[in-house]
Amino acid sequence: MADAVDQIFVTLKHWLVGFFPEALQPVVSALLSIIPILSVFPFLFGIATVLERKGLGRIQNRYGPNRVGIPLTNIRLCGFGQFVADGLKILTKEDVVPRSADKLVHFLAPVMLVVPILLAYAVLPVGRNMVPVDLDAGILFFFAVGSATELAVFMAGWSSHNKYSLLGAMRAIAQMISYELPLVVSSVTVVMMAGTLSLPQIVAAQSGWLWGWLPAWNVFTPWGCTGFILFVIAAIAESNRTPFDLPEAESEIIAGYFTEYSGFKFALFFLGEYLGMFAVSGLAITLFLGGWQAPLPWLTFIPSWAWFFLKLFGFIAFYIWLRGTLPRLRTDQLMNFAWKFLLPMTLINIVAAAVWFYSRHWAVPGGLAGRWILCAALVAVPYLLFGRAFERTVPKRVYRYAT
Amino acid sequence: MSLVFFILAAVTLAGAAGAMSLRRPVHCALSLVLSLVGLAGLFLRLGAQFVGFAQVLVYVGAVAILVVFAILLTNNAEIIGRSSTVSSGWLAGLGIAVAVFVSLAAAMARSSALNRPASPPPTASVRDLGTRLMGEYILPLEVLGLLLTATMIGAVVIALHERRAK
Repeated sequence: MADAVDQIFVTLKHWLVGFFPEALQPVVSALLSIIPILSVFPFLFGIATVLERKGLGRIQNRYGPNRVGIPLTNIRLCGFGQFVADGLKILTKEDVVPRSADKLVHFLAPVMLVVPILLAYAVLPVGRNMVPVDLDAGILFFFAVGSATELAVFMAGWSSHNKYSLLGAMRAIAQMISYELPLVVSSVTVVMMAGTLSLPQIVAAQSGWLWGWLPAWNVFTPWGCTGFILFVIAAIAESNRTPFDLPEAESEIIAGYFTEYSGFKFALFFLGEYLGMFAVSGLAITLFLGGWQAPLPWLTFIPSWAWFFLKLFGFIAFYIWLRGTLPRLRTDQLMNFAWKFLLPMTLINIVAAAVWFYSRHWAVPGGLAGRWILCAALVAVPYLLFGRAFERTVPKRVYRYAT
Repeated sequence: MSLVFFILAAVTLAGAAGAMSLRRPVHCALSLVLSLVGLAGLFLRLGAQFVGFAQVLVYVGAVAILVVFAILLTNNAEIIGRSSTVSSGWLAGLGIAVAVFVSLAAAMARSSALNRPASPPPTASVRDLGTRLMGEYILPLEVLGLLLTATMIGAVVIALHERRAK
């Protein structure tokens, strides 16, 4: 029974494909993989916008949206109809293009942003046997299409012919290039351990239980825990979320690279940002949190896809919490943090991962606990030293008026 | 020679042609990106996954951004764009291009490689590529790494010197 529910979407797809003639089957199969991605994740975007506004409202001691429900009835759905109303509103808005803008590039930029991000979902395993394309080099594909979004940001900023747009684009590109490096290098440890670049195989490598209850996820190893924290920091910066939202800092440069966009094109940028956030969180889940696997042995009756989305909602909640509580960084702090702290830490983490891998056969005193302490110390000691050195570069804050 | 190949080839060639002939430098750079993406598609069609993805990662993700930044940081970008693409040297250039093409095509047509029976397409998985790179070809890889590090240090030194002069 549990297996049937777990595989319900896979069986459904096979059943639907069976209705079509042999020649059409590959096309139909591909379409049936694409349509769920195109419907589920934008829907999740809608839900996330409402959740975010409600969450931020609670943090700021107000209600947030709680009115819009099903039209013509009194059912309010706690305000979860809000995103439909917002979507309709934005669809009917006028599309303003500045006169001095480069029309073609201005039009292409939002498309160039959303398409690569949607492509990235092709390699994410959202459940058991539920990966649209099982590529041999899946993680490489993910980063390759992810890097294409930087160009879209530049196109948007440059074509708008507006100083705020260009400033935002410059900031965004500088930030994305700087944080892409720690993002990729921190995921290298997982690839080293699993010995594969294919995401389903990385998930499979994290199956099983330690002592019958602790899942064998990468995050429960010293290198995995460090890698996970570094990866998530870089991922937040990569998706331009608070505290790394300098490219669209509305108090400084209006809305950054999409200042000159309105109506549905603006919505596309918004969508692209959230979809990118979900995709990179999905990658974090796949690499470090065991993908679609259940966290405890007696919870395996809950289907695998539900676990994936539960973990994704955990990430969304975390992002909302961060957005409600952290202030924005300054550009120089941002760059220093990436190059002087994150990148060295990821490189040290690779060494720790290598020690963890080879110490399987060493006679480390204390067995597993000894290995744990050894590898954790390999990361923690440089962390403390780096942290001290990094802190010294930050000038002490001078309080001029407050005592 | 399938439809996909022709589409990708057309995209690559159109991008390359645009990169040469468009007026504004940023348009040229973007059109060059189109050409590079088409090339990545051709690599993927040949079954070279790693090369294809690396092409996108390196050229579209990094080199294109570098090109675009270089154009933006040189202030006379718009002035260069105003000069006409058709000049007096155009005919001479065409003549040279035709001559080079004819000589290359003649050399290729006469080469013995065309008569060789087609070998089965090689299967280069990412794993094979990795083990080869880390085993057999470790020395070239290390030398390249050293070269790139030296380049980077050189760039940093030049940048530091400029700041001190100010």
